[in-house]
Amino acid sequence: MSRTVSDLRNNLVEFVRTFGAFQLFFLRLLRHSPAILGSRSGLVIKQVYNTGAQSLVIIMVCGLFVGAVLALQAYSNMSQFNAEDWTGVAAAFALVKELGPVMTALLFAGRAGTALTSEIGLMKATDQLSAMEMMAVNPVRRVLVPRFLGGVIAMPFLAAIFSAIGMFGAHIIGVELFQVDVGSFWQQIQLTVEMADVNEGIIKSVVFGVAASLIAVWEGYNTVPTAEGVGRATTRTVVITAITILVFDFMITAALL
Amino acid sequence: MRQTRSVEIGTGLFVLLGMSSLFFLTTQTTGGDDFKAESVYTVEARFENIGSLRTRAPVTMSGVTIGRVTEVAFDPATLEAVVHFVVDSKYDQIPDDTDASILTSGILGSQYIGLQAGGSDMYLEDGSEILFTQSAIVLENLIGKFLVNAGSSDKESD
Repeated sequence: MSRTVSDLRNNLVEFVRTFGAFQLFFLRLLRHSPAILGSRSGLVIKQVYNTGAQSLVIIMVCGLFVGAVLALQAYSNMSQFNAEDWTGVAAAFALVKELGPVMTALLFAGRAGTALTSEIGLMKATDQLSAMEMMAVNPVRRVLVPRFLGGVIAMPFLAAIFSAIGMFGAHIIGVELFQVDVGSFWQQIQLTVEMADVNEGIIKSVVFGVAASLIAVWEGYNTVPTAEGVGRATTRTVVITAITILVFDFMITAALL
Repeated sequence: MRQTRSVEIGTGLFVLLGMSSLFFLTTQTTGGDDFKAESVYTVEARFENIGSLRTRAPVTMSGVTIGRVTEVAFDPATLEAVVHFVVDSKYDQIPDDTDASILTSGILGSQYIGLQAGGSDMYLEDGSEILFTQSAIVLENLIGKFLVNAGSSDKESD
């Protein structure tokens, strides 16, 4: 009995310790960020390319289909009230405020976050990070910060592209397929969606970008340096990012309501 | 060298695409200010009930948007809603006995102010007040009246 209690206490202490270490890690990345952005921007650009430009295909295809399916659902419901003109509004609100940032962040975790974790994890497993330290190169500065910044920069752009392509998909379904009048389709959107809604999406995508990149880099840096460890770290990245993003999404929405 | 060049081009394209998407979202899906005017004048109107009229609602005449609601307030002295709206200065020949009513676009649409021209030789100008107004039609009141009428007509037939 007392053993379970002490186990529980140890687990709790361990959890709090990990959480604290995570925060300190975040501060460490932030402290190095301005210097890296200024002097080693080439490294950051490379990472924006890896995490952002390389994710374009999956983001654009998913965005198109998410927008299309939103329009399909909205149309079939709205048409019961003779409010087909609102098809676009439903799709626009869902995309700009929720699905754009959230779906992009989840896809980002799957496409770019796992790549970051396994890359850094493998570097650790093959002692490349220790080798850097031996050459007096700080691996946090040289490896982690550019990858973190690349993700942070890429994510809002990816979310914006997702939403814009999604609107295009909604237009195809609403206007081309269901023959909603193109004028009222876009006019209703413009009358209803406000700048605050777009801002909400941007705020979310920035927060999610920081969260997803941070978790991916953290998991990679703290990988157990074995083949199995890298695999586990990659899985943990996806799971933790997904949970964090959905919880944050709820909190931001509640806060901005 | 070749490697960095293609990376840079790819990154540039990606960021440009991202920025144009942001631009698209901020300009094409929001605002919807089909009302743009270089100079405007403000007109006031008092309503018994404005329904769900909000600021930025359009002000139309013959169906054309000529202005926008800028302020909705409540006057505690007269217990009326005071609506201020601006009208494009291009339209400076609107008779001052024009009447304003709060209308709804479609059955689920948003509310707007519709102006119906009067016959006066005097024109609306900055700060003038529209005297003839018609409140918003509130669906619940309408149903209430309908039910009362239905009830009373039943009694008459008895």
